[in-house]
Amino acid sequence: MKPMSSVVRTITKLLLGPIFLFGAYIILHGHLTPGGGFQGGAIIATVMTLVLIAFGTRVWKKNILSFIESTGLLAFVGLGFLGLGSGFFLFNFLAGSDSLFFGKVIEPVTGEFAGWPANSAPLLSGGTVPLLNLFVGMEVVAALTLIIITMGLFAFDGKEGE
Amino acid sequence: MTTALGELPYITVIALLAIGLYIILVKKNLIKIAMGIVIMEAGANLFLITLAFNSGDRLSAPVFTSQIMGGTPATYSLPTPHALTLTSIVIGLATTALLLSFIMQAYKKHKVTSTDEFRRLRG
Amino acid sequence: MTFYNHLIEQAPAMVVAIPLLFAFATPLLFKFSAKFGKFWALLGVFATTVLMYVLAWDVLSEGGDVVNTYIFGAENTQLPLPGDNVVRISFAVDGMSAFMGLIMVTVSLAAIIYSISFVKKYTGNAKFFALMLLVLAANIGMVFTGDLFNLFVWFEVSSIALCGLTVFRSERGEAFEGAAKYLIYSTIAGLILLFSVGLLYGQYGHLNIKFLSEAIGGNAELLMVDKVALGLMMTVFALKAGAVPMHMATPDAYSEAPAPVTAIFVTASQAGLYAMFRMVFTLYGSNIHLTIDLLHAAGWIVIILGVVSMFVGVTMALVQKDIKRLMAYHAISQTGYMLLGVGVGMAVYATGGFDEFGRTAMTGGIFHIFNHAMYKGLLFLTAGAIIYKAGTRDLNKMGGLGRDMKLTALFFIIGALAISGIPPMNGFASKFLIYESVFKFNPIIGAIAMLVSLLTLASFVKVFYSAFMGPRMKEMARGEVPAPMLMGMAVLAGIILVFSMAPSLVVRSLVDPAVNALTGDGGTTSTSLTLFTGHGAWNAVVFMGAMISATIIAVMIRSFFGKKGMTPREEGKKPYLFGNPTEIDGRPIVVPGSNLYWGFTKALDRYYKPVEKFHSGIINEYVFWFVSTLVLVLLVMLAWVR
Repeated sequence: MKPMSSVVRTITKLLLGPIFLFGAYIILHGHLTPGGGFQGGAIIATVMTLVLIAFGTRVWKKNILSFIESTGLLAFVGLGFLGLGSGFFLFNFLAGSDSLFFGKVIEPVTGEFAGWPANSAPLLSGGTVPLLNLFVGMEVVAALTLIIITMGLFAFDGKEGE
Repeated sequence: MTTALGELPYITVIALLAIGLYIILVKKNLIKIAMGIVIMEAGANLFLITLAFNSGDRLSAPVFTSQIMGGTPATYSLPTPHALTLTSIVIGLATTALLLSFIMQAYKKHKVTSTDEFRRLRG
Repeated sequence: MTFYNHLIEQAPAMVVAIPLLFAFATPLLFKFSAKFGKFWALLGVFATTVLMYVLAWDVLSEGGDVVNTYIFGAENTQLPLPGDNVVRISFAVDGMSAFMGLIMVTVSLAAIIYSISFVKKYTGNAKFFALMLLVLAANIGMVFTGDLFNLFVWFEVSSIALCGLTVFRSERGEAFEGAAKYLIYSTIAGLILLFSVGLLYGQYGHLNIKFLSEAIGGNAELLMVDKVALGLMMTVFALKAGAVPMHMATPDAYSEAPAPVTAIFVTASQAGLYAMFRMVFTLYGSNIHLTIDLLHAAGWIVIILGVVSMFVGVTMALVQKDIKRLMAYHAISQTGYMLLGVGVGMAVYATGGFDEFGRTAMTGGIFHIFNHAMYKGLLFLTAGAIIYKAGTRDLNKMGGLGRDMKLTALFFIIGALAISGIPPMNGFASKFLIYESVFKFNPIIGAIAMLVSLLTLASFVKVFYSAFMGPRMKEMARGEVPAPMLMGMAVLAGIILVFSMAPSLVVRSLVDPAVNALTGDGGTTSTSLTLFTGHGAWNAVVFMGAMISATIIAVMIRSFFGKKGMTPREEGKKPYLFGNPTEIDGRPIVVPGSNLYWGFTKALDRYYKPVEKFHSGIINEYVFWFVSTLVLVLLVMLAWVR
């Protein structure tokens, strides 16, 4: 598919950042508000699709996408295996602490860090959940984009991609 | 079995399932059959979401901390059916994508769009 | 805590997580080296197999009715109650789950070994191996899961991955057709399953099978929701298992999928059977006084589905020309035996006289699941080997393969004897249990079961004759198939031979725990090497001894009293065809395999015409049959059950 007109390309460049940011927010804030890996991944995949439509189907490399897909899935299962250290598969071994980022322990009752502004704690209280969301998000972005490339190439060019 | 909208969600669920099934049973176009499946999926998902509002005592969501912090307990719809619905949406996405690509490939190979021609395998 | 205890504690999740880990890493490793990727996939299945065997050993030696619970993401094995504000995914492994898990890993191991050289000439090997591992994980997940929603998830994952594998040979347009039909079928079934799970969840607020079972058993009377949900779920799982009249997509997908995938397909359909039995016995069996009528009706529905599947499957197989399609119809027919055996068990379980012959029937049905997975897997693998060498799937176009492929022919004979229920093969042992008990339950059904076995043998004679006998066809490749393919077949053939010789040991150590897990019966079938049914007994060793001595006597008679030096004269060398002398014009005389039973099928024209029209290939009609079965089952559940 050929690139589209410069109007479309300019608008795409303008929209690219905000939509990507929104998708990233949905993924990373998914453990606290409605959202999560799949939803945010789907939003980011719309950006990828928009870029495909505006700039042509050869923008994204299939190899890199399938690499991201596999890595996301592997990291998800790997994180599940790490839970075996202190419990069962997928055990949330980081829960209740922010050891992932700062090495401080959350107060169990108030759910806050000592010396931190209020409401900062819940952001980091998910333990492994934000990480799992991130990996799912990676997988979903890559997989959805791959699906769209494969189907889109067939639909527009009438032949299979690469 | 009451929801905020009365019985309306259940009626919608039945209607969606029936419309989807009707399309799959009657329409001959393969793409339309895929659409019928998607409509049925919407019905099943709506059913699960509706259940979130009617499962007896409404629990507070696990992530909702106002109760722990001494605030007033807030009413939440059950989070479990939402998780279930989300999972089934993801599965539906995979099925639809796969089915559409099969239909596309079949069209590419044999130029078929109708179920009447989509029967090289029979007997 | 010792290492072994720790291993057993973590094993239920590991047998699903390890194939997943290996599956997701496979595409990455294939980017570096195809050889290493294949080795990695093989390693993954092998590790899963070892772990599964250790787990099954532990569970089955406890007697089977002890449930090992595994809670994902938890700190201990305590199942969180609904009021705890915690929702957990759980696995529950008892004798039946472990039994099914053994089937899954064994067939997968054979199929993966076989695939190593089988898929070499195609592209997309990385995805093939990744999906094979994914199907293994999904199938094990389906038989291990402790909650209904996960059952739905694994059901869909298994279907989707299998459809992806079906179109592996993407140069064939028919592959896409078969996969699309299977996918439409299984997706609609999955949606109905989701709907019924929603019904139960809305009524009881649980998804966990244990809690749901207690909630259903605790009711004062049977609710309409219970009946509807059971009816829906039973039909859905019958579809997954491939029971007539919801089987039409099954032969399409089985015949178009590559041979190792078809072997996995068989285990996936058996996961459907497992789920059906689990729903009926575990979900609705906790308070037998409440659900007695329901189980009785369910038993009869399963029996009728089983008998119809047996008969339609085998008669359709008899007229097939495509070798894999023929075997696919046999898979449907054999599924009928399992449904029949367990269905009789269900119907009798409900009337209270379970210890008489219901247990025998059920033991037979469940034993048949294992046997079927082994010999059907083996037969599909040999069919793959035949197609690999012959380059065609049409039975009329192949021939003479027995001259080059002696080992494959041997494996085929083992599988064909086992599926036809010829003593002393393991297929006979399980069918023996089914015949004996079903005949007592209802003589007509028993007679049909035996007739179906005869027809099965007839159609495998046809396959053997067409593929291995006769003159070589010119365009076929010479020589035996590569060693990994032979090894894959040898794994399954070896298991069949071991099971054939010691059926009662297998029944005692594998099948009895599985039956106990479903029914909570606690009995055992036999303690000696002989398999007792209450009326008859079967001992393979004695049978073999008798057969060998009879052979020796026959040879002695021939050598002592037979005429020496017989040579055929001119008259004896003349070729005959159907009893008439035939002219030789230099060509070898071959009867096409599809003409072998011409007279028989012609005589049954009035049966075959409508039945062939029934398999029309139009997906709308297929869905219509599914929906009408669903409605019929629901009518039975609502109208007949109090």
